Amino acid sequence: MHQEETYFFRIEQLTVGYQNVPVVRDVDVSLAQGEILTLIGGNGAGKSTILKSIMGQLAPLSGVVYLEKNSIHKMSAEKRAQDMAVMLTDRVKGDYMTCRDVVSMGRYPYTGTLGILSPADREKVRQTMELVGIAGLADQAFTTLSDGQKQLTMLARALCQEPKLMILDEPTSYLDMRYKLELLTILQRMAREEKLTVIMSLHELELAQRVSDKIMCIKGGKVERLGTAEEIFQGNYIAELYDLRTGSYDGAECRPELPRTEGEPKVFVIAGGGSGAPVYRRLQRQGIPFATGILQKNDMDYPVAEKLAVRVVCVDAFAEIDETAEQEALEVMHGCDSVICALERFAALNAANQRLAECAGINIGGGR
Amino acid sequence: MHDLFSDREIQIEMKRLKENKMSYRWLGFVLLVLTTLALIAVNLCMGSVKIPVDQVWQILVNAGKDMPAAEVLTDVGISGTSQAIIRQIRLPRTLAAAFLGGALALSGYLLQTFFQNPIAGPFVLGISSGAKLAVALTLVGILQMGIKSSSVLLIAAAFVGALFAMGFVLLFARHIYQSAMLIVSGVMIGYVCSAVTDFVVTFADDSNIVNLHNWSQGSFSGITWDNVKVITVLVVVTYIGIIFLAKPIGACQLGEAYAASVGVNMRVFRAVLVFLASLLAATVTAYAGPISFVGIAVPQLIRSMFRTAKPLVMIPACFLGGAVFCLLSDLIARTVFAPVELSISSVTALFGAPVVIWVMMRRRRNG
Repeated sequence: MHQEETYFFRIEQLTVGYQNVPVVRDVDVSLAQGEILTLIGGNGAGKSTILKSIMGQLAPLSGVVYLEKNSIHKMSAEKRAQDMAVMLTDRVKGDYMTCRDVVSMGRYPYTGTLGILSPADREKVRQTMELVGIAGLADQAFTTLSDGQKQLTMLARALCQEPKLMILDEPTSYLDMRYKLELLTILQRMAREEKLTVIMSLHELELAQRVSDKIMCIKGGKVERLGTAEEIFQGNYIAELYDLRTGSYDGAECRPELPRTEGEPKVFVIAGGGSGAPVYRRLQRQGIPFATGILQKNDMDYPVAEKLAVRVVCVDAFAEIDETAEQEALEVMHGCDSVICALERFAALNAANQRLAECAGINIGGGR
Repeated sequence: MHDLFSDREIQIEMKRLKENKMSYRWLGFVLLVLTTLALIAVNLCMGSVKIPVDQVWQILVNAGKDMPAAEVLTDVGISGTSQAIIRQIRLPRTLAAAFLGGALALSGYLLQTFFQNPIAGPFVLGISSGAKLAVALTLVGILQMGIKSSSVLLIAAAFVGALFAMGFVLLFARHIYQSAMLIVSGVMIGYVCSAVTDFVVTFADDSNIVNLHNWSQGSFSGITWDNVKVITVLVVVTYIGIIFLAKPIGACQLGEAYAASVGVNMRVFRAVLVFLASLLAATVTAYAGPISFVGIAVPQLIRSMFRTAKPLVMIPACFLGGAVFCLLSDLIARTVFAPVELSISSVTALFGAPVVIWVMMRRRRNG
């Protein structure tokens, strides 16, 4: 009990949904100040529903959301707006508004009856725009900004609210790589330096893996997993989470692959040390079934080979390539129409692969 | 060193730009006020009987004094007829046109904010027509019972009618998310209400109802000082109420969800907005009948004139803009084919409809 009270933000037994029909049940999570929580899961899994319920736009069906021990849904609208800022997926029109006008909207919870900005408010707006890197756009019409600039403007607007908690629904969708990284960099910086707590949903798994302290996986109307990035991006779990019906997803590397070409292997690829992956992918693109070897299981080509090759001749991690493997590789190779050697040189420990190449009539100088 | 210098240069340039923008706004307001005053003057002078400006001025200055003043004026050569025309007909009519025009423009501005739709307005959404129907029914009803109609009763009827039409629009809005369809449903409600009004007016046998026909086309004629008093009080009070809504109206520019996220109580805000917009539209309709396009066109014109959407600029500017628009339209309606008077709606549509087309074309271009 006492331990719970140390948490900055806490969701208890939250069930969310529309018109009494639950979409996601029993969400539980606690966050320390300055932590970043990312929600991942398929389209329609209920990520937005959870976020909307946390931000108070949707009444939760049951459960409580605490921010510093106060229930978010029982706070006054003004207090809530001073503590929590949001970034939504809604497209903002902003006709006849400058970039600065939009950012200034974040000062709403701090202005008086008529909403006139004080000099201190203006200074805060200026500082935030500088922080986000859009100071140069201040007087530009919002409608003329690019999607990336618009999104940074909306981020500045939210930061201008001086929130302790920020909720973002797919903030990086529609953005190019530069703006995706800029946006997440700012969030990470705010989390570290200003102890801003961040809850967001992302579709870019590789970014979720890099930026999140905690990841919540939503599937089948419940939180299927909750943990650190290392715990979530392990083994084949991501493929399960998204119910991949075709292709595959390498969790640790956040690398999606298209489905392998099935059939009798027509090409044998002698590879290793990362030399094989581009060859595998080209063969996949051309629709040619292939086999590859001889790889140690810790070889960086191995995860790709496993997903794309019809057959992988391999030995255990850090194990010596033995007779059996070499024999197996020879047999497979003889069954193929052609052989590609992706390796450019052979080191001492790779003698077996060199013999394979020589056997196929490929002669490359060794390292011996 | 060089960078620093150019930075400062940029800052100075930005400051100059900003100051320009501010003075530009003041210029806009001065222009609107001057135009309003000029149009009031022209409206007072022009008509089937032309009265020179200096005479009008004399009449206005001496308006406070009673009988002796009239004699004084007659002595200077201003006829009693001229005095009566100015005092009893043109002055109340002109003031009503100014106030009701402002009210219409504000009503349109509130509805555009509410529906997040640039071509929303009391007329297209059927609110004016709803008010018209209610007023027509009330007039016919009480005329048949032989009761004298009163301002308050008419406004109350118009308000109920406006809220009724608004209720239908809101009902449709809940099921229709496309803004184009919202407008279509509003226009349909408007047609239904107008059709029913026509039935009522056509089949009501009292000869007094002939007047109703003129009124139902929209006109500022026949406004009395008593009417002007009620109009002034209602419009001024509503105007002050709207000024206090400026903050949440501003927040709504980014959409309702963002407004709610910064602490706007959307349920209360929406209710107040609908109430004020309907009250304004009802006031106008009760006295001048349904007037089209002022509500859509004026906020658009003002927005592009001031190049801002800030409510604290928009609210007073829309009011003045609406006054200018209606004063000009009424002047044209009264004088172009004098002594025949056009319906005010024909004139406002002639100028307002192109504005709507222009707005839609510009939006398409902007994507």
